[in-house]
Amino acid sequence: MPLAVSARRCVLVALAALLLGVWAAPSSAAETAAASGVSAAATSTPTIPPPQPPTGLLYADVPNDAGGAVSLTWETSPDDSAGRGLVDGYFLERALSPGGPWEVVDSVDAGVRAHTDVTVRRNETYFYRVAAFGPGGTTRAGAAAGPAIGRSSWFNLSRVSVLVFLLAFFLLVLYYMYMAQTGRKPFVRRLAGIDAIEEAIGRATEMGRPVLYVPGIQDIDEIQTVAGLVILESVAKMTARYDTPLRVPVSYPIPFTIAQEMVRSGHVDAGRPDAYDPDSVQFVSPEQFAYVAAITGIMLRERPAAHLFFGSFYGESLMLSETGFATGAIQIAATANVHQLPFFVVACDYTLIGEELFAASAYLSGEARLVGGLKGADMLKLAIVAVVIVGCVLETLGIHTLTVWMQTQ
Amino acid sequence: MKREIPLFLTAVIGAIVLAGFFVPHQFISVPADYFQRCAVIVVAFGYALGGANLVRVNLEGIARRHPDWPYKVVLLVGMLVTLVFGLFVDRAKFQDPGTVSIWIYDNIYVPMNSTMFALLAFFIASAAFRAFRVRTAEAALLAVSALIVMIGRVPLGDAIMAGVFDHPGLPDWVRHLRLEPLQQWIMDWPQNAAKRAILIGAAMGVMATGLRVILGIERSYLGGSD
Repeated sequence: MPLAVSARRCVLVALAALLLGVWAAPSSAAETAAASGVSAAATSTPTIPPPQPPTGLLYADVPNDAGGAVSLTWETSPDDSAGRGLVDGYFLERALSPGGPWEVVDSVDAGVRAHTDVTVRRNETYFYRVAAFGPGGTTRAGAAAGPAIGRSSWFNLSRVSVLVFLLAFFLLVLYYMYMAQTGRKPFVRRLAGIDAIEEAIGRATEMGRPVLYVPGIQDIDEIQTVAGLVILESVAKMTARYDTPLRVPVSYPIPFTIAQEMVRSGHVDAGRPDAYDPDSVQFVSPEQFAYVAAITGIMLRERPAAHLFFGSFYGESLMLSETGFATGAIQIAATANVHQLPFFVVACDYTLIGEELFAASAYLSGEARLVGGLKGADMLKLAIVAVVIVGCVLETLGIHTLTVWMQTQ
Repeated sequence: MKREIPLFLTAVIGAIVLAGFFVPHQFISVPADYFQRCAVIVVAFGYALGGANLVRVNLEGIARRHPDWPYKVVLLVGMLVTLVFGLFVDRAKFQDPGTVSIWIYDNIYVPMNSTMFALLAFFIASAAFRAFRVRTAEAALLAVSALIVMIGRVPLGDAIMAGVFDHPGLPDWVRHLRLEPLQQWIMDWPQNAAKRAILIGAAMGVMATGLRVILGIERSYLGGSD
């Protein structure tokens, strides 16, 4: 019985194999020929060869940097010409030794002959090669170039002009500070906005209302915030003298701690340390509109009689000054953010423009060295005006030496 | 010593960071970058102080029933809820979609921020109304310039200009009086000249303030006397 079953199975399997073979095989000689013809046609299509490799790879350390870049230039592949479509781009390969292993660090489009590798490590030796790739595949990379080493420069030569002006500025400022210290204090014209600060505080005192001081919306790394906080000390001194409450909402934590010190210092200098209220300086929020909401809330609830905006401001400048205008407070603003100046000019009673913000501490303190510094800055401005005029004349004459020297990277 | 050490640190670190602008070598650039990164640590402590001040001032306001004290409750509750969900529930994934922190951000913070920003349109309108009142020759000049720039820089202005100046019967010299080139001239020349003058002056002020701080001439930011 088992033998009969296995014999029957063998017959069935053989029959199935025969049927499958008939179905899978070409049914006739013609079909066989057609099939072979298709194959022949496929193999006879001309294959696109890989592009020829680029040549002339050159490398150079990028000057005036910290040693983190190597620039590469090469001649494009002879197959890299418009319309041929044989080259899609180039692979830039890098290795630590001429024998590899190679890694692709970047790729560029066809037609590009230069690239800067900004991923190198300082003082590390690298070897480079460039391979072209296209529809036909990737060509064998050209000859390796190296060793390329990214070295750090001791001086950024493209910034010589900045250094010259900076040194000239420092020397002028220090010279005039020295002159002021020796008794030759320069004349400084009065600024209406600075003079109005005491007037505004006096008005607030008469009305029995607080003074609101806003030191801008930026952190301490913004120099306008530093200037605003320096002026805050003089304002705190005046409010302490008049016994007028002072409100200082601050947007960032570091300026907040400094503002507390400034207000305390102002009260100490005024001989009224007992009048210092630590809560007069309040941390609000670094978020622009949360800060605006808090300040406008103070303006509308407490109705300060004087609003002083000294620092860096952005879109919130108009919201603050317009709300302040609506409350009828006397408003004085100072900022070096050019785009916000028109808003302050429109909505405030007095506006200190640009550099006047930085000069305000010298005006308010009257300290000889600070006032001397103003004279030094003015002298450099005179020098800059002279350079601008000379530069215009030279450019008109087609001489670009000065312009090129003053270009920086 | 309370003032000398901070002044010394300010001078040294300020000089290194300043030198880093001119000297790319690692001797200078590495410590300069390091000092700038260290600022993050100081800022973190500053946030702790700022947060403590925020809580204390507002709690006192609530306790003493200052005007509008319920808003202070909203502020503190909002701060607490955001902190709790951010620190203890969402933790490191607080920026991922589906978290409570992102829900708070998308549905509370963003609409409130947009609302505040939208108010600016009304403030600009009221300020412009005052700014462009023609009382003097200078004010007239400002108003005319502003009108040219505003109309010349918006699509509506283009449409108006096309309707007026593209008329086939107009002579060529009239076609050249379109507002687009005129407003561009105002922006490129008078506006740019004034802006650059202010910027140069401000840059001087920045340098002077920086120099005063580095040299310790401006030291009031260190607080009261010794």
